[in-house]
Amino acid sequence: MYELFSNLGAWLVSGEQWSGPDGIGHRLAEHLQYSLVATLIAAAIGLPLGLLIGHTGKGAFLAINLASFGRALPTVGLVVLVFLAGGLSMLPVYVALVALAVPAIVTNTYAGMTAVDPDVKDAARGQGMRGHQVLFQVELPLALPLIMTGLRLALIQVVATATIAAYVSFGGLGRYVFDGLAQRDLVQVLGGAVLVAVVAVALDLALSGLQRILFRHRTA
Amino acid sequence: MIQFDAVHKRFPNGTTAVHDLSLEMPEGGVTVLVGSSGCGKTTTLRMINRMVEPTSGTIRVGGKDVTRQDAAELRRSIGYVIQQAGLFPHRTVLDNIATVPLLLGWSRRKARARAAELLETVGLAADAGKRYPHQLSGGQQQRVGVARALAADPPVLLMDEPFGAVDPVVRTQLQDELLRLQKELSKTIVFVTHDIDEAVRLGDQIAVFRTGGHLVQCASPAELLARPADDFVADFLGAERGLKLLSLRTLADVPQGPAPESGDWSLVLDAANKPLHWAAKATKDTKGAELPVRPLKDTDSLLAALNESIASPTGLIARVDAEGALTGVSSRDDIHEHAGQAHTEARVAA
Repeated sequence: MYELFSNLGAWLVSGEQWSGPDGIGHRLAEHLQYSLVATLIAAAIGLPLGLLIGHTGKGAFLAINLASFGRALPTVGLVVLVFLAGGLSMLPVYVALVALAVPAIVTNTYAGMTAVDPDVKDAARGQGMRGHQVLFQVELPLALPLIMTGLRLALIQVVATATIAAYVSFGGLGRYVFDGLAQRDLVQVLGGAVLVAVVAVALDLALSGLQRILFRHRTA
Repeated sequence: MIQFDAVHKRFPNGTTAVHDLSLEMPEGGVTVLVGSSGCGKTTTLRMINRMVEPTSGTIRVGGKDVTRQDAAELRRSIGYVIQQAGLFPHRTVLDNIATVPLLLGWSRRKARARAAELLETVGLAADAGKRYPHQLSGGQQQRVGVARALAADPPVLLMDEPFGAVDPVVRTQLQDELLRLQKELSKTIVFVTHDIDEAVRLGDQIAVFRTGGHLVQCASPAELLARPADDFVADFLGAERGLKLLSLRTLADVPQGPAPESGDWSLVLDAANKPLHWAAKATKDTKGAELPVRPLKDTDSLLAALNESIASPTGLIARVDAEGALTGVSSRDDIHEHAGQAHTEARVAA
């Protein structure tokens, strides 16, 4: 056991492991790229949907049930399904990651919108704001803390799951996990897993810190 | 002027909130809508700026039918203050006040300058402008709510239980401030409350509503108190409505005479002739004593005079001029008689 961890430590800090097209630096960049692209696409879908449902109050059923749907969705199964239907490309990976991220974004955006004090919305309308002005000047800024929480959760989930890119022969930190499994190289598997976990936790901390700074003058 | 003509409001669930309402709210005056909850007073108010659409009938503001105007533009031309202020928590006080000017397309600089001016108007310190609403007390938030409603200088102000959520002391202060502002600004104000004392203090005219959205009586506070239209209104005004009527009358017409020189109690004055206290001389059976005096001016109410005459050990009240110097005293009997006359006059007046 001790040997395994000392080997893992050596693997993580060795210079050659960090450089080159197969190095950790490159794989990390790939991993972050997949994750950010998938989260951005998910945000482009989930944010307007959540805002629309929250603003109009129509389709609340969808917003609430999307969360449980998202949890129940087998991500690897989705990758395989899209892979079988569409052939080998990054598309199956992105479809799966986006499908994973959208529910968290929609439900949190919706929750943020419904948490806005009805008296404040009423006052906004009463001062003469039109629907879009109420949405963008009052509801959206007030829902922003929860919306950002949704984006953060989505990104963390996507980072943790983006290892599946390697499952269909693409890069990212998942490479180490799947290659290590194929080569029965436990150190490599563990190294990949640890890296993914560290990236996820670091992003989570950084983003929640950012949220705290951005919304420091807010109290309920 | 705001005119309601045969206005009816039925909600989709079938309840009638306002029943066949015809009412005029005079320009430059305060109309208070009172009644218990669910009587349609708030719905009536909200139909004026189209936050609620009438089912039938017409509402005119300044002669123009509100339903023929763009709702958002109409609302920008009417000040709106609600309970709990409804301030935007993510905007500074100054930006909250600047809301309507910015919606009207003023430059940010001009809107902020106007907002800063209004801070002073509603009695807030200039540095309150940089704060966020949650950093203010309830009373201060309510002042910001009033400032926001006044920002674009609208001729009409709608106030929906604006002082309902603050403690009685602050409420009285806010009422005084509103009366002071109204003296300067002469807005057409529609004010909703369920507090009859607030209605009597603020209203030039009071409209009493009954459950089901029926207007029972609309009259000046004095007329309402003296001659309630029916038992419902009388009950709503409360058992002390006779005393409330006295709160509307001043002491000016009550006769006064010189302060008594002899007797158990005498009024002690200072060098400027201002009453200090009542003093009883020591006798062989009793020790000397002092009781406080609360001098009254001609502008004080008959109710305050009656109250002071009961508290006074001699049944006399000390009357003073604007500077606080004694002008004379009035007796409990004088006040009582005058109060009775005032009542009778009010009740038989056409």
